[in-house]
Amino acid sequence: MSFNNLDQLYRRVIMDHYKNPRNKGEIEDGSLTIDMNNPTCGDRIHLTLNVEDGTVTDAKFDGEGCSISMASASMMTQAIKGKKVEDALKLSETFSNMMLGKEHDDSIDMGDIEALSGVSQFPARIKCATLAWKAMEKGVASDSNPN
Amino acid sequence: MLTSDIKSRFPILNQEVNGHPLVYLDSAATSQKPDTVIETISRYYEHDNSNVHRGVHTLGNRATDEYEGARQKVADFIHAASVQEVVFSRGTTTSINMVAQSYGRANVSEGDEIVITYMEHHSNIIPWQQLANATGAVLKYIDLEEDGTLSLDKVRETVTDKTKIVSVMYVSNVLGTMNPVKEIGAIAHEHGAVMVVDAAQAAPHVKVDVQDLDCDFLAFSGHKMCGPTGIGVLYGKKELLEGMEPVEFGGEMIDFVNLYDSTWKELPWKFEGGTPIIAGAIGLGAAIDFLQEIGLDEIERHEHRLAAYAMDRMKEIEGLTIYGPADPARRAGLVTFNLDEVHPHDVATVLDMNGIAVRAGHHCAQPLMKWLGATATARASFYLYNTEEDIDRLVDGLRTAKEYFSDVI
Repeated sequence: MSFNNLDQLYRRVIMDHYKNPRNKGEIEDGSLTIDMNNPTCGDRIHLTLNVEDGTVTDAKFDGEGCSISMASASMMTQAIKGKKVEDALKLSETFSNMMLGKEHDDSIDMGDIEALSGVSQFPARIKCATLAWKAMEKGVASDSNPN
Repeated sequence: MLTSDIKSRFPILNQEVNGHPLVYLDSAATSQKPDTVIETISRYYEHDNSNVHRGVHTLGNRATDEYEGARQKVADFIHAASVQEVVFSRGTTTSINMVAQSYGRANVSEGDEIVITYMEHHSNIIPWQQLANATGAVLKYIDLEEDGTLSLDKVRETVTDKTKIVSVMYVSNVLGTMNPVKEIGAIAHEHGAVMVVDAAQAAPHVKVDVQDLDCDFLAFSGHKMCGPTGIGVLYGKKELLEGMEPVEFGGEMIDFVNLYDSTWKELPWKFEGGTPIIAGAIGLGAAIDFLQEIGLDEIERHEHRLAAYAMDRMKEIEGLTIYGPADPARRAGLVTFNLDEVHPHDVATVLDMNGIAVRAGHHCAQPLMKWLGATATARASFYLYNTEEDIDRLVDGLRTAKEYFSDVI
């Protein structure tokens, strides 16, 4: 078979994040720690965030999972670092809509994340891509004193 | 060797998926259904549909005869001593829960032991966790040998006079291991415990003889053995079932209903509250006819051959790990594996793009995954309609996955 079909899903930038993950590890004394897993497949993520004055100052992840889930986690941490919490959440919503094939705000520059848009064509893999984002949303929501 | 004529009996297999002829290697999750099963269910709804065990009209009699006829087919299929020992349920999970909730609650108390193994499916773990937590009993696990088999010595070390229930899967859905459930049952009986057999992965593939196994309870599902979803079986020895309280109460299962108490129907109906799964049972009966027509011995031989062939071919692929017993004679027709550097989900996606359906994930056996040291694995499982060509396609697909993931960066 040709690799063309596979290339729709596994873009080069995704494989780069998978093989060379950014922000892999754990923030010692991070202000927020979130563990989340995908019970249907066993993927898991351990996310640590530092949120100061309503801004995500640092983000790291650890975990195990497929190329899509780990690349997405890498891209997510890269994208939210330095962002205001509300902007990170807005990005997450845009990403979620992109995965579900819904209309989304295309004025937001998604950077590397754009490469994951092909995942929306693979329904079984959407949850892989959204795991890290759900973890981030849960962490931020649990932060009782974001400011 | 079973011929490709068998494949033609399964209409669903005659299709392309993602531009390739479908190769279905996920029968351990659910099997496909032959034409006769589909036609039987359809004919029932078109001609005979009615409620059972009530009413005097003709359709009611037909439906009752077919439903009870299916029960007789199940009894013959598993060599039960009496048709009264066959209770229809929703599936293996429901059957095991019935034993845990009815027999377990009545016979297990604080300090007693329930014994299972590390290789169990969640459906044979969680009902016992719940029972242990509710009663104060201790849940004990039999450790596995390095090759993913059970040693009877370890069974003897784990089962004691405090053990009330031993529950073990007949065939592992991950390792493919065929467990010596007859011998384990004998050990359970020496200590006065009952033996429960999870036969979900056995009933479709090997001859099950409950009298020879001398098990006290045995559970399986229709949908893994060419039957429809939503129907399963709980076999129980008559004297045990007779002593048990029903789990569900309502219509269909009663004898006399008074204002403040009621009495139950005789076996097996006291366990079948509500309108039963009539079409499901009849469909299961048709599935049993189909399997008997081919012969369980022939099916088992075919799957052993496929497993041996698959293991040989898959060993050609560098960096591929196969889990479970190395000797194909000790395993059923499935191969669970991992490919270095490629996550099982990615393996499954690449295979799917080639028209090949496999399972990826933890296979509802998280304690076993922990024991294997893997968070997830991929599994190819075979049934009577699979061929060596299907396995050749699998091996080609795996080579594609390996090549793609090593080339891409």
